[in-house]
Amino acid sequence: MSETLEKPAPKAALSIVGSRPVRPDGADKVTGRAAYGADFNMPGQLVGRVLRSPHAHARIVSIDASKARALPGVKAVITAADFPDLASEELEGGEAAANLRDLSLNVMARGKALYHGHAVAAVAAVSTEIAEAALERIKVTYEVLPHVIDVEAAMSPDAPVLHDHLFTEGLEARPDRPSNIAKKHRFARGDLAEGFAAADVVVEGRYTTKATHQGYIEPHACVAAWGEDGRCDVWSSSQGHFMVRTFCARLLGLDISDVRVTPAEIGGGFGGKTTVYLEPLALALSRASGRPVKMVMSREEVFRATGPTSGGIVRVRLGAKSDGTIVAADVELTYQAGAFPGSPVGAGAMTALACYDIPNFSIVGWDVVTNTPKVAAYRAPGAPISAFGVESAVDELALKLGMDPIALREKNAVKDGTKASYGPTFQNIGYLDTLAAIRESEHWKTPLGPNQGRGVAVGFWFNVGGESTAAVHIGEDGSAAVVTGNPDIGGSRASMAMMAAETLGLPIDKVRPMIADTSSIGYSMLTGGSRVTFATGMAVVQAAEKVTGELCARAAKLWDVPRDQVAWEGGKAVCLDAAKDRAPLSLEALAAQSARTGGPISGQATINAQGAGPGFGVHLCDVEVDPETGQVSVVRYTAAQDVGKAIHPSYVEGQVQGGVAQGVGWALNEEYIFDGEGRMENAGFLDYRMPVASDLPMLDAILVETAPNPRHPFGAKGVGEVPIVPPLAAVANAVRGAIGVRMPDLPISPPKVLAALDAKGG
Amino acid sequence: MTQLAYLAPSSAEEAAAALARDGARPLSGGTDLLVQLRAGRTRPAVVVDLKAVAGAIGVREQSGGFVIGAATPGAVLGEHAALSRAWPGVVEGATLIGSTQVQGRASLGGNLCNASPAADGVPALIAARATCVIVGPGGRREAPVESIATGPGQTSLAPGEFVLEFRLPPRPARASDAYLRLIPRTEMDIAVAGAGVNLVLDEGGRVAEAHVAVGAVAPTALLAAEAGRALVGGRLDDAALAGMEAAVRAVCRPISDKRGTAEYRTRIAGVLARRAALIAFERAGGVR
Ligand SMILES: Cc1cc2nc3c(=O)[nH]c(=O)nc-3n(C[C@H](O)[C@H](O)[C@H](O)COP(=O)(O)OP(=O)(O)OC[C@H]3O[C@@H](n4cnc5c(N)ncnc54)[C@H](O)[C@@H]3O)c2cc1C
Repeated sequence: MSETLEKPAPKAALSIVGSRPVRPDGADKVTGRAAYGADFNMPGQLVGRVLRSPHAHARIVSIDASKARALPGVKAVITAADFPDLASEELEGGEAAANLRDLSLNVMARGKALYHGHAVAAVAAVSTEIAEAALERIKVTYEVLPHVIDVEAAMSPDAPVLHDHLFTEGLEARPDRPSNIAKKHRFARGDLAEGFAAADVVVEGRYTTKATHQGYIEPHACVAAWGEDGRCDVWSSSQGHFMVRTFCARLLGLDISDVRVTPAEIGGGFGGKTTVYLEPLALALSRASGRPVKMVMSREEVFRATGPTSGGIVRVRLGAKSDGTIVAADVELTYQAGAFPGSPVGAGAMTALACYDIPNFSIVGWDVVTNTPKVAAYRAPGAPISAFGVESAVDELALKLGMDPIALREKNAVKDGTKASYGPTFQNIGYLDTLAAIRESEHWKTPLGPNQGRGVAVGFWFNVGGESTAAVHIGEDGSAAVVTGNPDIGGSRASMAMMAAETLGLPIDKVRPMIADTSSIGYSMLTGGSRVTFATGMAVVQAAEKVTGELCARAAKLWDVPRDQVAWEGGKAVCLDAAKDRAPLSLEALAAQSARTGGPISGQATINAQGAGPGFGVHLCDVEVDPETGQVSVVRYTAAQDVGKAIHPSYVEGQVQGGVAQGVGWALNEEYIFDGEGRMENAGFLDYRMPVASDLPMLDAILVETAPNPRHPFGAKGVGEVPIVPPLAAVANAVRGAIGVRMPDLPISPPKVLAALDAKGG
Repeated sequence: MTQLAYLAPSSAEEAAAALARDGARPLSGGTDLLVQLRAGRTRPAVVVDLKAVAGAIGVREQSGGFVIGAATPGAVLGEHAALSRAWPGVVEGATLIGSTQVQGRASLGGNLCNASPAADGVPALIAARATCVIVGPGGRREAPVESIATGPGQTSLAPGEFVLEFRLPPRPARASDAYLRLIPRTEMDIAVAGAGVNLVLDEGGRVAEAHVAVGAVAPTALLAAEAGRALVGGRLDDAALAGMEAAVRAVCRPISDKRGTAEYRTRIAGVLARRAALIAFERAGGVR
């Protein structure tokens, strides 16, 4: 089921935007023709493999690769010595700023291995078997160091220190010794003590989440070819081939113009493919061997050496008046960053209270390094963790006040004109309508069965704009190619084609969307931050408008009328000067005559899009708990979201459903489990328990379109990240409803639920 | 770099001869073996595919009982109406292995001989008092199912021996069975605990014979003989069920690992055995 709430009478009737055509990439994907990262091959290519640290924390005393090099069929062995030793420098290009030195140390350990699975060497050989045999012949001498994984243990003064150069940022005074605490973030408003003093009711809690992986189905894969002239090519699956280009060039000390990256079809990323792991290694191996090198990770490597997102601790204290007005909020977030600084705790802090209008608050966030893989962006990075704590606390508050959880959120809701907790003033937000959509839903009005509980939670994500390029080229038969530089991870090709078709007045099947390599289209920031339909979509519309402008100019020439006497209407050039009596000229007719009127017809737009428009989600979850086993089943789920305008509603619903599915897994079963040596024990889908299709009911999406984004030609807001923010708490709040006990620690696995029931004495 | 020979003999004797070779391993559906091969956890020199061996695939009725070829895929068992009527629990154990794709290959022989403590097909076979026909270089022998696995990944099969078929005893009227397992997900997971219960009722609807077996709570699946006895003579009243649950828990000696704590597994084994007993009882026409 899906419904759409819409304000009546949109300005101009849309014929394509808002409809549900078959996706342009669909046939290739269902027939297996789509070429993913591992599908590309080159003549003479070698197989690249990575040797990974067997220790969670160890000094690399020496690496002896002579026996591996001597093995027939081995063409190259590389270590950190094959890369420049780079200085600390903030780099733009990924989802968040990256530090060049840390990026370099993460792709290949130098001096120290910082997590089990950290790359310490790589080989290229003529076959997989020889490459693997070569790995076994590389002798690495380690001095094993004590490791630390738990985030609170990592903060303690006697914890093993990962980086001697790491001094906590954001403190009033620079600390006198290094620690694992990379940074303190703080946002505050009003007077906290005064706020709590004025409160009638106070709730307090400590909530924890475990590290979880993005879980994309396609492991990282690439082919790299280093030419004799020093120019190189990379084919890889990523969320941004311009990001891959920048990072590879910087890590290897190359000019941007020397690196061309061609995007493969991508089999999921969810933020986890916003950085590089294999590409720089494949390039270095190709340089050393003189042959193209292909590298594909195993699932185990994906778990041990890429992603995940942080495990976190969220402390929340809320104070409210007896009428439900929240007057004070004190939030402290502590996030695992993995081996290098840069957990998403900043975004976690900025989003923590973004749905609430609270006069007095303090939000503190701690970014802490641990001997685990460096975290990567994961869908609304940081926000689900803080929302889990805050939304659980708001649920407690509702219980304590005896107040309906939706009414409590409505009472404290941000609206147009509210100054957001993270700074700006909200405009054109549809949050209250989204709450109302859930309050009015049939789901909310349906009674629960035995052993069932219902949870409500809300969530927020900023969404971003940024730099994008788009080109529209008209074929001689009047069809169009729409070229962008953003890998399609969520149906964006469909949206690009639809927005172009709408603007040009062409049927959708006359428009072919393409994603071009880094030298065939201008720079585009990666696919992340829910930015593509918004920002790249704007570029597409602007490029298409340049084309329609050009088409009008060509018609004016043919008609011998001034340019301003021609307009583009319904896919045709029409002459506004009625006296001229000119029959409208179709795109097809104008394209056929383009050689005579000035040559090929193309338009390109480059933008740095601003005003993405934040998104809000309100989720409603019913669970059923087996009181004898502690097993939790999600039996019904409805998610409403402020989407501005859904360009292709099916793919917006798909984004909502996908975010919920991932959030439910995070809430119930997914977690990184480490043994005493700091090795992940469940590095595979069997024991890293992502939900399977049969674990979930139909996930109902309600698209709220009452607050279109005025900055976007069709009103789109980002939609891909919001839906993973509320589910952790929506599930936990539903479990609270079912068993009468608060489950503050994720995942809410069956043994924990049973133990909680026992403790309650049920 | 390593060579792997593949043989597909058509008779049991040829298979036994092939399996007597150094580094030879039987292959049924391959849903365990091929996964282990690819992960580098096993490096056989010869793979002997049993699927072409006469009798290794298929279900037949023989002297009142059923004979199941050890390499028969789960999907075939699930579609066998007579077997499903007589032994719904055995079929349940086989058909909830994996997914639709895995069902096209996964067999009870492979499930038993892979010797995972959590093998889903095994508890119901043990509760059914099924036997295996084993063929080896020394000829044929028959042994109870519970005697095959001796520990995780270990079996009592001698070099060259393989399981050709399973024999299920003749089924009287008013008899049925059930198998239940607990996994945190709904499919594609490894049992945290499993329990199979097989009941035969007398004319008065009382339990005349009861067998209970549990999985994932010890190094091998176990027959919980005391638990079965606790059910005999009554109509599964609460006291009998409580006695059976206690007897089940008494035989459990699980490990704590990433899939569950020992305490949790033990407790759940009792819950599952009770629920399976109630299902088997109802299937057998019993009324409490
Ligand atoms: C995705 C997936 C999901 C799974 N889910 C489950 C599950 O839910 N429950 C569960 O219990 N298992 C599960 N398994 C494991 C596996 O599918 C089962 O154990 C299956 O029954 C094995 O049967 P097979 O015929 O494929 O065995 P094979 O892989 O062919 O063999 C398994 C082992 O037994 C030996 N062997 C095979 N046949 C014989 C024989 N006749 N005589 C002697 N030795 C023999 C082989 O040498 C090998 O060591 C799953 C596997 C996968 C890949």
